[in-house]
Amino acid sequence: MASEEKLFLSIENLSQSFSGLKAVANFSMQMEEGELVGLIGPNGAGKTTIFNLLTGIYAPTEGSIIFRGQKLNGLPAYKVAQRGLARTFQNIRLFADLSVVDNVKIAYHQHVTHTALSSMLRLPGHFKNEKIMGDKALELLKVFQLEDKALEQAKNLPYGQQRRLEIARAMATEPKLLLLDEPAAGMNPQETRELMDLIRWLRETYKLTILLIEHDMALVMGVCERVYVLEYGMLLTVGTPDEVRGDQRVIDAYLGEEAP
Amino acid sequence: MRWTKYLIWLAAAGAFYALTLVLSNAGFISRFMLMTMVQICIYIIMALGLNLITGFTGQLSIGHAGFMSIGAYAAGFLASTYGARVSAALTEALGAAAGGAVYYIFILATLAAGALVAAAFGVLLGLPTLRLRGDYLAIATIGFGEIVRIVLLNTKALGASSGLPVKYSVGWTTAFWLMLLSVVLIYNFVNSSHGRACISIRENEIAAETMGINTTKYKVMAFALGAGLAGLAGGIYANHMYLIHPNSFNFLKSFEILVMVVLGGLGSITGCILGAVVMTVMNNALSAFPEMRMIVISVLLVVMMIFRPNGLMGTTELRLPFRRKAAGGKEDVTHGL
Repeated sequence: MASEEKLFLSIENLSQSFSGLKAVANFSMQMEEGELVGLIGPNGAGKTTIFNLLTGIYAPTEGSIIFRGQKLNGLPAYKVAQRGLARTFQNIRLFADLSVVDNVKIAYHQHVTHTALSSMLRLPGHFKNEKIMGDKALELLKVFQLEDKALEQAKNLPYGQQRRLEIARAMATEPKLLLLDEPAAGMNPQETRELMDLIRWLRETYKLTILLIEHDMALVMGVCERVYVLEYGMLLTVGTPDEVRGDQRVIDAYLGEEAP
Repeated sequence: MRWTKYLIWLAAAGAFYALTLVLSNAGFISRFMLMTMVQICIYIIMALGLNLITGFTGQLSIGHAGFMSIGAYAAGFLASTYGARVSAALTEALGAAAGGAVYYIFILATLAAGALVAAAFGVLLGLPTLRLRGDYLAIATIGFGEIVRIVLLNTKALGASSGLPVKYSVGWTTAFWLMLLSVVLIYNFVNSSHGRACISIRENEIAAETMGINTTKYKVMAFALGAGLAGLAGGIYANHMYLIHPNSFNFLKSFEILVMVVLGGLGSITGCILGAVVMTVMNNALSAFPEMRMIVISVLLVVMMIFRPNGLMGTTELRLPFRRKAAGGKEDVTHGL
């Protein structure tokens, strides 16, 4: 298959069992560079499990994940991150006791070139890299409108800002593919609209490819170009937001009928 | 600019050191007090190492005395086996004064060797056990500490149960400056990108790993550094105490060091220094009533849990008031000094 080599992300027959329970079964998907794809489905359908498989937190029972021509399955999570996959978490996982700017700096750490010894002895490499890191972190915080909170503890931020900080932190790893796990969870409609603008803006500015899980249909239908629908760990259907919205199986499984 | 802060601190440390010399020469500091001060230095180094492992990286380790004894025995063995020969050869070749100076370098080299051997054991213990979490890692490290003690108790070449005599050759001067060096190195490490990588493991291991931090590497690095410091402290202890015995490095010693770190605040360098000072002074003050000691420590811990559950300092550092005003600017975010 000649076309496969050009594919940005290709998942083939991915399966994951947890002692007998098949959380994901024979899931396949393809993404091209620059696409913005949604992943929806009822609770427990296996959406987050797919994210965990993609980012190396779980090793898949079966199947393969090819990212830009390289096999990802079996790699430890930090190596997956270094290949250019970054994610946010459904239940926020910030470094809660650290300052906002340190949260972002840690994600940038994989790009520093100086050794621990040169940090301990305060050699020039340390100052050079810390300066670059600090400037980059502040730049990102400005984009995410968190600059004035830079020195606050992450756990003291309001919920919406914590969600934004998680995206900022993921961006600091300088990813090619960004995975967002329910970025709009707990946000009010106004915040969700701002988030949609931010996602579009990020994608344009950083030439990102984005895969997102979301229950907020306004957001999914508003920004995604294609939508994968999951049910019981299996792919139900895939299509444009309009196609998916009209699909009777998706309505039965997830969206539901409008009240008469 | 960059180094002004270090020069100020160095001048302050130098002034403090000079003051102690003047006071001890004038007889205001007794020999017993000077010994307590050396012990404080030893325990500050120990607490720094454990704080790096447990306070900053979040890996509960209760076998720190094991690393201390490895460093003590490695340095002590080198000094007691080769010390006399090296000293004699140097005096013959260079004369008494110059020979003595070079012999001091030999002693420092044995201390470094002790630290390196202990660090190597840190890596050896770390690689297989660091996949264990929380309580399980704690149990494995307790086991390690006990294994080291039992092995030393039964090794004839190292004196077995009668202990290993080591000539006194390290006093207040060496202990003080090595302690200061350790504090600076660890402070620099913790306040750097690599230190933040360690802290991120404590904060959220999965998030750290997903952000591209090789968590195993940084756990092992923390273990190696912490164990190396314990080895250094052990070497100073051996060269200061005339005799080392495996049972001085038992489980209770590990526990005491953990108490220092917890008392001062997990994740605070000034906190663990404070903890080491308080505990050592208290231990020596109560040395006439050994049974009372553990009771007092327990009461102290309970009181602390009620009033300061995060330790005396929490994760914050003690700062001078004029620094606090300067903190918070953009410089503070970007420079990492």
